[in-house]
Amino acid sequence: MRKIRLLMTTIGLGLVLSGAGLAQQTPVPQIPGSNSTADHSKFEILKKDFKSGPEVTEACLSCHTEADDQVQMHSIHFSWDYTHPETGQKLGKRNVINSFCGSVAGNEPRCTSCHAGYGWEDMNQPPPQQSNAVDCLVCHDRSGNYTKLATGAGHPPLEAKGTTITGAKAWAVDLSKAAQSVGMPGRDNCGNCHFYGGGGDNVKHGDLSSALYDPAHDVDVHMSAVADGGEGMVCSTCHVSDQHKWDGSRYNVHAVDTTGTGKPGQRREVSTCQSCHGTEPHPVNLKGVKLNDHTDKLACQTCHIPSFARGGVPTKTLWDWSTAGKLKAGKPYSEDGYTSSTGKHLHTYLSTKGDFEYGENVQPYYAWFNGQVEYSTIDRKIDPSGVVDVNRINGTPDSPDSRIWPFKRMKGRQAYDSVNNTLVYTHVWGPTTDSAFWTNFDWAKSIKAGMKAAHQPYSGQFDFVDTYMYWPITHMVAPAKDAVDCQDCHAQDGRMQNLAGVFLPGTNPNGPVGLLGKLLVLAALAGVLLHAGLRVFSGKKGTHHD
Amino acid sequence: MTKRCVKVYPRFERLWHWMQVALIMALLFTGLGLNGLHSVIPFGPAVMLHTVAALALLALWVFATFWLFTTGTWKQFIPKIEGMIEVARFYAWGVFRGEDHPYKKLFWRKHNPLQAATYFGLKWFVFPAIWVTGILYLTYNFWGQGAQGTFLISVIANLHLLAAYVIAAFVIVHVYLLTVGHGFRSHVAPMITGYDVIDLTPEQEAYLEKNEPDRLKPAK
Repeated sequence: MRKIRLLMTTIGLGLVLSGAGLAQQTPVPQIPGSNSTADHSKFEILKKDFKSGPEVTEACLSCHTEADDQVQMHSIHFSWDYTHPETGQKLGKRNVINSFCGSVAGNEPRCTSCHAGYGWEDMNQPPPQQSNAVDCLVCHDRSGNYTKLATGAGHPPLEAKGTTITGAKAWAVDLSKAAQSVGMPGRDNCGNCHFYGGGGDNVKHGDLSSALYDPAHDVDVHMSAVADGGEGMVCSTCHVSDQHKWDGSRYNVHAVDTTGTGKPGQRREVSTCQSCHGTEPHPVNLKGVKLNDHTDKLACQTCHIPSFARGGVPTKTLWDWSTAGKLKAGKPYSEDGYTSSTGKHLHTYLSTKGDFEYGENVQPYYAWFNGQVEYSTIDRKIDPSGVVDVNRINGTPDSPDSRIWPFKRMKGRQAYDSVNNTLVYTHVWGPTTDSAFWTNFDWAKSIKAGMKAAHQPYSGQFDFVDTYMYWPITHMVAPAKDAVDCQDCHAQDGRMQNLAGVFLPGTNPNGPVGLLGKLLVLAALAGVLLHAGLRVFSGKKGTHHD
Repeated sequence: MTKRCVKVYPRFERLWHWMQVALIMALLFTGLGLNGLHSVIPFGPAVMLHTVAALALLALWVFATFWLFTTGTWKQFIPKIEGMIEVARFYAWGVFRGEDHPYKKLFWRKHNPLQAATYFGLKWFVFPAIWVTGILYLTYNFWGQGAQGTFLISVIANLHLLAAYVIAAFVIVHVYLLTVGHGFRSHVAPMITGYDVIDLTPEQEAYLEKNEPDRLKPAK
């Protein structure tokens, strides 16, 4: 019996071993490709020795026949032009004036370095119309080797000269390598432009910085690595594309979403929190139900992004252009008065740009917001007696289309036409012109040239005015444990203290009724004490026993 | 008339009273915190505690109301003018002169006229004010919308707060008055043991001895 068992065990072991041997000889065949049915490195047309960006685009279009039309004719990434459907205002980078570098008009090859195309050098003309002027690689290069020159109107550097759009030293881009690597956009594709808006890392948005290339879990729950407890998402996980269009406008924001997730595969047109998390995202328990109740007044971001400019990259919070132009011994100079949490020294003064302030982990400014943003465009009169809103955020407490949203409120001081009372276009970049501010330090010339470049009337008189510019905060969603706590708002001097039109328990214990109530309790106490005192004084404690 | 030790507060009434004490104290404490008066408990947990305590108190009141009407005890709480002046005069004057409390607890009348009137006011006005506004407060999201909603919730919250302060004032006076007369201990004891010494008519005594002997302690 024992022998038989031994025999069977031996045979069994032998079978297992021979099985393992077989497995080693014929491995399970791998599925070819990664997440695509096409391996672009196998396309003959992409193996060419490309001499320019547009040449690559031509190769792309030989298969992707409709891509140029989708991008060129229908995408704000290319048109930089947007007519607001509700206000009718002409917005888009082509038209607006901001409180950072001012305006694209007059500074084209520098600003259009981030244009999703090639060779747009004059804002008075529409972007280049030939189909190979679309830049496919800036969004689809996955080799990491593609970039754009900082001052090349969108063209990539083909030799190691100058700087790139992120401020790095330029290198000779290998266009063939880039073309063969293409895939869906990664964080770097979007981030290399959007993280560096306003002339540097996190200068503009406050919630979009190089920290998001590889954020820690507490910086961004969505974009942090799966191994770190995050979701490993990229920008386009939320900003889902449909024919090269996707949601995420800052001019016309989806401030409210009561639709929720929709049916499977639907809702490509929004990038709202609700489109994934639904309209009642908190669990149905005592706490969750009350939190869900808050969604009629609050945007998700208001609680779930407790502060912006997290992850060690500061954002610019003040930019005072009025002090720009000071020179030392006839030469421009800089001061580095700010040190970031990672030890980086940042300019607090530049002769070219004026004074700066920065912040990290900044508490947002809160305001009612219905998604509609109005700009102080050139056709609008400003009131220089107060602080001018460069972009006014609309919304009212009583309207179902508004929620309380968090914003970065950028403080600015910038030039305006003191006769016409309008903001002005300024010509700041132009190394070879005699009017660019960054080389000539003369506001009169700079504004005159800027207004001329934009074909706008200018009185010739200018002054400086304080401005606010508002940036909706919607990235860098924190882990739930770091969400804004109840008492951060439900307290005296809480976060919402300057916000009108909302009933917020716990913020005012000393209202008329609160005072009346306290008086009542004090009167009861005083009465009782007086009564007790009299009893003691009269020697009859009222505790008479029969 | 004979003085006998009689069970005046049956078990449910005592349970009702002390649960009410615990819940009202919890509600006052958390509620004043929510109003911004203190921050001993963080706002979130305070809201949850307040909500749970309020729902428990409402449930208790449903049971109490049922009990009051099925046992006929509700009659105890109907206020009467008769004797009220004497009781008021006692608290304002006689008590300082060492007089006896003019009201003698009767078998079918546990409360003195002033007490009955106070409880009547509490039960008919202040408690309803607090639970009606409380339920509206809690269910705001089902009915409140826009500017009108914001206005109404402000009014409701203020009424809720006022009622809470009235209850706080009541608690202060209520506890203080326990020290008047026979003293704090002898006033609190019946609400714990259920028994108090009261005057019984011979008929009441005979009735209890025959029909409800459990409610009588043996005569000394």
